[in-house]
Amino acid sequence: MNQLKEIQAVSAAYGYTGYKWSTRLALILLLGVVIFFPFFEKSPSHQNFIILVLMAAQLGVAWNIIGGYAGQISLGQVAFYGLGAYTSTLLFTKFGVNPWLAILIGGLLAACISLAIGWSCFRLKGHYFAMATIAVAEIIQIVFTNWEFAGAAVGLNLPMEGGWKFLIFTEKEPYYYLALGLLLLTLAVNYLIEKSYLGFYFRAIKDEPDAAQSLGVNLRLYKQIAFAISSFFTALGGSLYAHKELYIDPSSVLHTGLSIKMALVSILGGVGTLSGPVIGAAVLTLIEESTRMLFGGSGKGTDLIIYAALIVAIAVYYPSGVVGWVRSYLSRRTAMRQMRLEGRGA
Amino acid sequence: MTLLHVEKVSKHFGGICANEDISFDMDAGQIVGLIGPNGAGKTTMFNCIAGYSRPTSGKISLNGIEVSGLRPDQCARVGIGRTFQVARTFHSMSAMENVMVGAVLGSRNVSAAREFGWQLLELVSLAKFADKPAASMTISEQRRLAVARSLAIKPRLLLMDEVMAGLNPSEVKEMVDTVKKIRNQGISCLIVEHVLEGIMPIADKIVVLDYGKKIAEGPPHIISNDPVVISAYLGDE
Repeated sequence: MNQLKEIQAVSAAYGYTGYKWSTRLALILLLGVVIFFPFFEKSPSHQNFIILVLMAAQLGVAWNIIGGYAGQISLGQVAFYGLGAYTSTLLFTKFGVNPWLAILIGGLLAACISLAIGWSCFRLKGHYFAMATIAVAEIIQIVFTNWEFAGAAVGLNLPMEGGWKFLIFTEKEPYYYLALGLLLLTLAVNYLIEKSYLGFYFRAIKDEPDAAQSLGVNLRLYKQIAFAISSFFTALGGSLYAHKELYIDPSSVLHTGLSIKMALVSILGGVGTLSGPVIGAAVLTLIEESTRMLFGGSGKGTDLIIYAALIVAIAVYYPSGVVGWVRSYLSRRTAMRQMRLEGRGA
Repeated sequence: MTLLHVEKVSKHFGGICANEDISFDMDAGQIVGLIGPNGAGKTTMFNCIAGYSRPTSGKISLNGIEVSGLRPDQCARVGIGRTFQVARTFHSMSAMENVMVGAVLGSRNVSAAREFGWQLLELVSLAKFADKPAASMTISEQRRLAVARSLAIKPRLLLMDEVMAGLNPSEVKEMVDTVKKIRNQGISCLIVEHVLEGIMPIADKIVVLDYGKKIAEGPPHIISNDPVVISAYLGDE
């Protein structure tokens, strides 16, 4: 029994009971830098770049809940992004609902619609599920392109009424903090899920659905829960985009490429990890913006070529993404150090 | 007291009859072996009991509650745990996390599940590997992990599908000890097994299937001398 206590103590020191102090310190420092960034960097284009990273990261974290943790590759998340953006914009511009409330309603509506979509699509597995989600997203895009009330192909404008009440601003800083706040909220929810039984259930469903069932996991129920949470936060991201750009149309908020980007951000960083999508978003946005700067209008599509090359490279060399690569490097180093210590007879 | 009651269960796949009119009872606290040549319908019987397939006809009940027709996760809640022919451990998780997936059933409390997880890993002698990823464990360790995981839902009946297949003699002995420990906790075990030297000494009763039909049922020493069973395994003269 004593031996068991000893094993438990060692496990607590290295295991899951939390982050090591050095990691915690690094996280607090990083958070400090991110919070005070707009005070040091006044250039709107640089601020805008970081806003884009934060928004991409938030979408990646949201996608990661259904695609990374629960392992259900949805390539139609843009549908919820668009639904969020359109719902909040329509409620605000046509019915005068306060944006704070309208954005929340947009999120809840997206979550409800995800339940209906999931009810039929979760009958399919693997690639077939992914294909069905693409189809659903295309249908929703076509509906909005032809729906006069929602601006059809012309799109919708948001009024230039400023202030925190309407979440519309002329300067960049407030959007920076909105994007940061939304990312931190999504990460916090993701963290809570990871630490609760839901996280265990999602990962079990991804690894071995049959075995998960034998342990009392209702597959459909928990897939639906993951899908709804993911869709809710994706919709909030869509509403934030609408308020930042003050203009939405089907090709900007319902574009299929955006679904791929949400998935790619977390696959590049590391699926099923908390920090993966954030790292992936930083790398991907950097590639996107720098190719745009380098090649300008003539280089349209260069970022897509690099995307494609990245997908191939990840699939072949690092299927577990940047975070997975760093983890395996660290564990190799620890193992080497242990071997050296044992060699000295310590 | 009868725990598991299987009454005239048949399972057809199209024209193929995998189980036909199989009936047997199992008492609480018993170890029952389900044996038979390849293709006899043992795994199909398991799948019917655990909710993975619905019997074409017949009735299965656990402690008087009818379970035929329930989903696998509902069967798990009623108290039926199972392992699979291949261990099917959750590869991206550590041993402890594997067990915790089962242990959160009911309470939903993660730290209580971890406490219970230590007891279970200790039971199958895997406590020292608690943080080891399941993917890097040996087959024998993964089998024992799968057993610990299925015990985590606090089942009343545990179905074990060929847990001793492919193990060397000392590993078989370890597994036999584990099964005895499980029974001593009051959990009944229904075991499909090809390794007869593993199952014969510990079973209270053996049920023999051949071509989807029950051909014999009784204590191990009688079954091993039953001419019908011998001819099913070795063929007629």
